[in-house]
Amino acid sequence: MTAPLLVFAWGNASRGDDALGPLFIERLRTAIDADLAVRVEFLEDYQLQVEHALDLVGRARVLFVDASASCAAPFEVLPLHAARDASFTTHAVSPQAVLHVFRDLQHAEPPPCTLLAIRGGSFDLGSPPSARALANLSAALVWAHRWLAAP
Amino acid sequence: MSFDLETAAAPQGLRRVAIDPVSRVEGHGKVTILLDAQNRVHQVRLHIVEFRGFEKFIEGRPYWEVPVVVQRLCGICPVSHLLAASKAMDRVLGVDAVTRSAESIRRLMHYGQVMQSHALHFFHLSSPDLLFGFDSEVNRRNIVGVAEARPDLAKKGVLLRKFGQEVIRATAGKRIHGTGSVPGGVNKHVARADCNALRRDVSQMLEWAQDAINVVKLLHAQNPALYDAFGSFRSNMLSLVRADGALDLYDGTLRARDAAGAILVDGADAQRYLDLIEEEVRPWTYMKFPYLRSLGREAGWYRVGPLARVQNCDFIPSPLAEAERQEFAAGGRGAPVHATLAYHWARMIELLHTVEVIGRLLDDPAILDGDLTAGGARRGEGVGIIEAPRGTLIHHYRVGSDDLVTMCNLIVSTTHNNQAMNEAVRSVAREYLDGRELSEGLLNHIEVAIRAYDPCLSCATHALGRMPLDVALLGPGGELLDRLLKSHTGEVLRTMDAPVGLPG
Repeated sequence: MTAPLLVFAWGNASRGDDALGPLFIERLRTAIDADLAVRVEFLEDYQLQVEHALDLVGRARVLFVDASASCAAPFEVLPLHAARDASFTTHAVSPQAVLHVFRDLQHAEPPPCTLLAIRGGSFDLGSPPSARALANLSAALVWAHRWLAAP
Repeated sequence: MSFDLETAAAPQGLRRVAIDPVSRVEGHGKVTILLDAQNRVHQVRLHIVEFRGFEKFIEGRPYWEVPVVVQRLCGICPVSHLLAASKAMDRVLGVDAVTRSAESIRRLMHYGQVMQSHALHFFHLSSPDLLFGFDSEVNRRNIVGVAEARPDLAKKGVLLRKFGQEVIRATAGKRIHGTGSVPGGVNKHVARADCNALRRDVSQMLEWAQDAINVVKLLHAQNPALYDAFGSFRSNMLSLVRADGALDLYDGTLRARDAAGAILVDGADAQRYLDLIEEEVRPWTYMKFPYLRSLGREAGWYRVGPLARVQNCDFIPSPLAEAERQEFAAGGRGAPVHATLAYHWARMIELLHTVEVIGRLLDDPAILDGDLTAGGARRGEGVGIIEAPRGTLIHHYRVGSDDLVTMCNLIVSTTHNNQAMNEAVRSVAREYLDGRELSEGLLNHIEVAIRAYDPCLSCATHALGRMPLDVALLGPGGELLDRLLKSHTGEVLRTMDAPVGLPG
């Protein structure tokens, strides 16, 4: 059975603060109790892609999580709406475009989706996440518990 | 000596146009064009502005960790790196041949990887350009535009890719960070339930892959002048082939043909690739330029990837794809096809082949049962070569007696194609830009030529907020004359505010 809540994070664990997405999943997964765990699915990938639209099927709510080089620290929360975009710079698409693909494939509106952008600053290969980014991650995790507990 | 249009004879006083980064290309790529006052093209270069240093990242790690860690090289084809590293480490462990089960499971994993990558490339990266035209409205040239105009095509693309990823999950253990392939073999069989579930979908995938070839053939037939000439140039071609000359994406020996199709090199042992290939460094880009040693730098450069593979082999060992290869080859009337846009046709022939092979491997009992690993007398060095979705991928390692990697050399497909991509860009610049006013549509022609090779610069970093397209026009003194930014939403903005700072 499909879990009603989906937390989807992306990033590269070997790329400094780009690891914030995978770390978010790793830490949140171990921090929730068993009752909540059955209601949440955690997914991770290197990049967001079109087929991830299929991961949204049957969900009540979805949280997208990524490191951001431009959002306000420690993190920003934005409601997501389906939108065409031209963000095909890195073989990856934006969360908004994933929602748009969902709409086209399923002929229905996607579930309510939220973007959690966690501020990072250094994305060098082989570097560990910076102390500042990890502090931002901690703040984001506190917020995430509220998102999970929401009705 | 420089290649035509690589370096302007008198760069002083020329205007420079930069496309930075090339949209829909992973990593950081940039094209600079030097124009004179009459907009005549004097110099065109595809630069790679990011130095990855991944080899240094690998050195010092224990050998058994390498196949997993190298997957972080690339967010699009991590399995290719997993398998190339595993094959190299097989040799380090003295395993010249893995067990039958391991070979079948690895092949299944690899063909699943190539299938999903090819599906992604055609349906989501290239089809917007091909279906709508290179000059079409910029906001339509994306997969969302395809989904609106051709919902059937977009859905097939998503589901083909999903199937390929399920093959990877069933063989590698997970959709990403898979650990199924290890030095010396694999660590698990395919579960019977996964095998049965995948087998049920094979006939549907075959039908859709055939549909994809038909779309490409139709596009070629509708505008043969464009498809035969766009970005076309003659080159050598390099790939692995099986011992009997068949197309083989997982293993084999190296074969190179010249531009007329004559075999230059055949049966070259992967372990001795350095006897065959040399890499040249040029001062204006971080990416090296490989070439065949025997021919030298000016005559020895070559292409890799689908266009090279389907023409380097003598036949494709699956009936549907072989029939398509023969039809494709007939278009060359006895000579190799060199058209840049023919990459898409060749890629779809390979897509069909991968589905045929996947179907066959799912019927192989060795994926469900049998020995998983083999052993041998330890060596200190190993090379693993595989045909990744974009072309030949070489992993070369030396490992010390303490199990730590002391040397790592990687030649990725995009590096093999470096000279070829530069030639394609120059061909397009000569044909479409020379003497004309620049426009977004014209600049997209350059990007179309690059995307045919599907360069993957493998940084896999994608923080939110990046600008997909940055076009800067600079004066003879380097001063910013004009600049266009294409925003995250596809909106085009003219601005002189942000710094440019692009090296020549």
